[in-house]
Amino acid sequence: MALAPPITDLEQLRTHPAVAALLDWNPAAIQGVKFDRDEMTIAVDRAHIREACTLLRDHADFPFEFLSDVTCVDWYPSEPRFEVIYHLLSISKKERVRLKVRLDGSSPVVESITSVWPAANYFEREVFDLFGVRFTGHPYLRRIMMPEDWDGNPLRKDYPVEGYR
Amino acid sequence: MAHLTPTPVLEPNQDRTMILNMGPQHPSTHGVLRVILEIDGETVVRMMPDIGYLHTGIEKTCEAKFYQQVVPLTDRIDYLCPLTNNLCYALAVEKLLGLEIPPKAQWLRVLLNELTRINSHLVWLGTHALDIGAMTVFLYCFREREDILRIFEMVSGQRMMTSYFRIGGIALEPPIGFFEKVRDFADRFPARVDEYENLLTGNPIWMMRTKGVAKISAEDALALGASGPTLRGSGVDLDLRRDMPYSGYENFKFKVPVGKEGDVFDRYLCRVAELRESIGIVKQALDGMPEGPIKANAPKVVLPDREKMKTEMEALIYHFKIITEGFTVPAGEVYQAVESPRGEMGYYVVSDGTAKPYRVHMRAACLANLQTLPKMCEGRLIADVVAAIGSIDIVLGEIDR
Repeated sequence: MALAPPITDLEQLRTHPAVAALLDWNPAAIQGVKFDRDEMTIAVDRAHIREACTLLRDHADFPFEFLSDVTCVDWYPSEPRFEVIYHLLSISKKERVRLKVRLDGSSPVVESITSVWPAANYFEREVFDLFGVRFTGHPYLRRIMMPEDWDGNPLRKDYPVEGYR
Repeated sequence: MAHLTPTPVLEPNQDRTMILNMGPQHPSTHGVLRVILEIDGETVVRMMPDIGYLHTGIEKTCEAKFYQQVVPLTDRIDYLCPLTNNLCYALAVEKLLGLEIPPKAQWLRVLLNELTRINSHLVWLGTHALDIGAMTVFLYCFREREDILRIFEMVSGQRMMTSYFRIGGIALEPPIGFFEKVRDFADRFPARVDEYENLLTGNPIWMMRTKGVAKISAEDALALGASGPTLRGSGVDLDLRRDMPYSGYENFKFKVPVGKEGDVFDRYLCRVAELRESIGIVKQALDGMPEGPIKANAPKVVLPDREKMKTEMEALIYHFKIITEGFTVPAGEVYQAVESPRGEMGYYVVSDGTAKPYRVHMRAACLANLQTLPKMCEGRLIADVVAAIGSIDIVLGEIDR
């Protein structure tokens, strides 16, 4: 069970196409990088996520054409509490990259990327439903899994597994 | 914090249109899918799927279980391909642990995965044809599916909820006579696919119901996140087994069938061609099955053999520890995707260094594929909605989780 330690140094990962593209565009958008278990993670500033996605999708040499997934992790009680996770896939280059936006618990709001990939529609609705993260600019931000009149967001860590009784 | 908002319903925007509710209990929705249609005469103007009726909170339950206890939960996500889900979860946790899986376990996993794909496609073909009015195919498909379920029962003790792949390998050595039985099935099966094709592919009624129906362009399908045969039917050549191989798929030769038109007929052709490719992979796996162990050499993660437990103190201790305390997984996160019968099935597993996963998220291929449905159906007849729902091979258990 030999695991290589994760690389978090931006200088070493500068050559990764997604990192390079974001650095060329706006170095301030990158909050951190991590290369762990052959997977690339880029923490993106929350104000820039939609533009970063557009940039990566339309990249001339290394396009990430496909949005695999949008989900969220709740790190309650630490802050910033929420991490919204985007998994992008480059079909032509057979590479994945994970983007991450950190949001604090008091105002979990981030810009929707449905204008970049319509695929984000259901994924973002699911995150909104189960975590209570709001997506601005989403065309139809309503509960998708739980009933419309449900109280609370079940996948938050302060929500009991058995539910409220 | 109450979210008291009315049930989502489309508003009829003109005097001409009316709202038609289809489902959640409708024989052709393959489960509990509710579709709200705004119709003008028989033409669908707008469409909105409404899901969530099967939501069981599996992702939440996973967070309260040990890593090995999650395996049976993964069966229950998609009842047509439990082994694909087992595999995807096992691969994700093995990646987190940095475990090396012995070749025999990998090849057995591939073999059973392809049988699962055939099983799933057979149920799809049968029910899809039944929806459109061809009853016979259903009976033929379920005849062969029964053979596969017997193989699953033989190897895992269960027909459907197999839980046969474990973290670090496979639960048990396959029983005596297993490979012969699979070989027998693999030899018989191609002729059976010919039977289905004789009934459907050249059938004028089938072609009228499927050709040019529920079209979707490659750009739209990609943008809406479709994957699997739903995407390949539109001409996008993406198959994770070939493009990003996992579990030893790089050792197998197979073609990836790709359609052109993006209509119901092309998606049908893709899946039927996949039936033949899958049986080819099964044969290759049978021919080249390596010898060796079926579990990784990691006593702290993999349960010891029953015999060792009775004779060796060490094995007994490890067994007790794994069952009572689970095993810890180094902190980190992985996203592992496999090509399920329906498309890209992904598991995103986050570990915080304890024995329970901090977060398990399943990327359901069907959830994304379902988003293409309005694009396929708007502007077409209500009768085509049924054909379109069938053609994206929908499994509601996977969508709602």
